[in-house]
Amino acid sequence: METETCVQTSALNLYYSDFQALRSVSLAIPRKHITALIGPSGCGKSSFLKVLNRMTDLIDHCRVEGQVLLADEDIYAAAVDPIMLRKRVGMVFQKPNPFPMSIYDNIAYGPRLHGQKGKHQLDEIVEKSLAAAALWEETKDRLKKSALSLSGGQQQRLSIARALAVEPELLLMDEPTSALDPISTGKIEELVFELKRSYTIIIVTHNMQQAVRISDMTGFFLLGELVEFANTNNMFTAPQDKRTEDYITGRFG
Amino acid sequence: MVRTNYDRQMAEMNRLLLTMGAAVENAIEMAVQALADQDRQLAEKTIISDDEIDSLEKEIEQICLNLILRQQPVAGDLRRVSTVLKMITDLERIGDHAEDISEITLLLTGSTYAHHPSHIFTMAEITKKMVTDSLNAFVRDDRGLARAVIGSDDQVDQLFCMVKSDLIALVHEDIAEGEKAMDWLMVAKYLERVGDHAVNIAEWVIFSITGQHKNSRIL
Repeated sequence: METETCVQTSALNLYYSDFQALRSVSLAIPRKHITALIGPSGCGKSSFLKVLNRMTDLIDHCRVEGQVLLADEDIYAAAVDPIMLRKRVGMVFQKPNPFPMSIYDNIAYGPRLHGQKGKHQLDEIVEKSLAAAALWEETKDRLKKSALSLSGGQQQRLSIARALAVEPELLLMDEPTSALDPISTGKIEELVFELKRSYTIIIVTHNMQQAVRISDMTGFFLLGELVEFANTNNMFTAPQDKRTEDYITGRFG
Repeated sequence: MVRTNYDRQMAEMNRLLLTMGAAVENAIEMAVQALADQDRQLAEKTIISDDEIDSLEKEIEQICLNLILRQQPVAGDLRRVSTVLKMITDLERIGDHAEDISEITLLLTGSTYAHHPSHIFTMAEITKKMVTDSLNAFVRDDRGLARAVIGSDDQVDQLFCMVKSDLIALVHEDIAEGEKAMDWLMVAKYLERVGDHAVNIAEWVIFSITGQHKNSRIL
C-alpha cells in the first residue's frame, strides 16, 4: 500500500540572519505515521519543526526559502493565515506549558478561539481530547481545578490534549519527554503510539532509544543537513551513511 | 498502560513459539507414524509441513530482533527473548530431521522389514517426549522438567548404540539387508540428533529461568 504524504518540504533553507540553520532539506512525512528526528544539538531538527507551523514568522531576521506543502498546499503562500495553519499543525513543547486556568479551560481554549461557543460541544471536545491523551480518567472529577495542580507528566498529557482539541492534521513534538521521569515518559510514548491511528506525528528527540521504540521513520540531521531519512528499522540496523552509523552508535555527537 | 505495545509483542512471540513447537511435535509424530506404517502419503505430508515450520522460524526471528532493537529488553525479558531466538534454531533443525526421516521412509516403503528395529520406535517415543517437555518447561518456567529432559539424553544415546548393534548383526546375517540397515541407521541418527536439540532447548530454558547456561553465567 502506497503511503500518503502529509507534509513535504523541497529544497528548504532556513536562515537566522546570516546563519544558515537548514540546508536544502527535502523530506516527505508520511500520513498517520510517527517520524522521529534525531541529531546533535544545533543540527536543525527543532528549526525544521518551527518551519512546519510557521513559528519562524515570530523570529526576527528569520528567512525561509524553498517549499513546504501541507496536503499539497503551500503553507508559505500569501493567502495562508498562520493562525489557521497552527490549528492544522499542533505543537507540544519540551516543558509542559499549561495555561494558568482550569483543566477544562485549557482544553477549550483553542476551540473557543476558533469560534466554538456551545457548552455541550465544548464539553464533548474536552472529554474527547482528554480521553485521547489518556488523561480523562484522572481528571474527569476535577475539570474545574487549576491545570497547575497536575503533575509534570499529567501536564504534558494536558498539553497534548490541548493540541488535539482543535483536531490538527499534524502534531509536532519537540522533545516532549525530556523533562519527565521514566514512568511519565513511558505513558507519553504509549500515548504517541496510540495517536498515530488518527494523527501524523513528528517528534524531535535526543533520546535515540525513544526514536527506535516509537517511530516508523527516522530522519538524521547534522549541521542543518538531512543526512539520512529512512524506515526506523532500516536506519537502526543498516544505516546508509557513515555519519548516521557513527552518531547512532554513540561515536560522536 | 505503560509499555502495552511491548507486552503485546512479547505475548505474540510466545504465541508463535508455541505454534512452532506444536508444529514440530506434530512433524515428528507424523514422521514416526509414517515410518511404522509405511505410509507414503503421511511421509509426504510430513515433508510438506516443514515449510510451515521454516516460515514460523522466520516470523519469530523477526519479532525477536524487532524487540531487541526497539524495546531494548533487560532482565527476565532479555533472557526470554534470547532464549526464544536460540530455541527456534533447534526447533527448526528438529523439523528438518522429521523431514529427513520421511524421505528415508519413502525409500523404505514397499520393502518388507525383515527385522523390525523396535529400539528405533522406543527412541522416537523418548525424543518426542523430550521435545514436548522442553517446550512445557519453557511455558511453565519449570527448571526441574528442563533438567529431566537433559537427563533423558543418556537413554537416547544408549538406545542408539543398541540399534547400531542390532543392525550390524542384521548385516552379518544377510548382506542383502545392508542398504536397508544403513537407512535404518540414518533414521536412528536423526532421532538421536532430535534428542540433542531438545537438550539444547532445555539448557536455554534453564538460562531463561535462572540466567545461567550450563551452570555458568554468560553475561
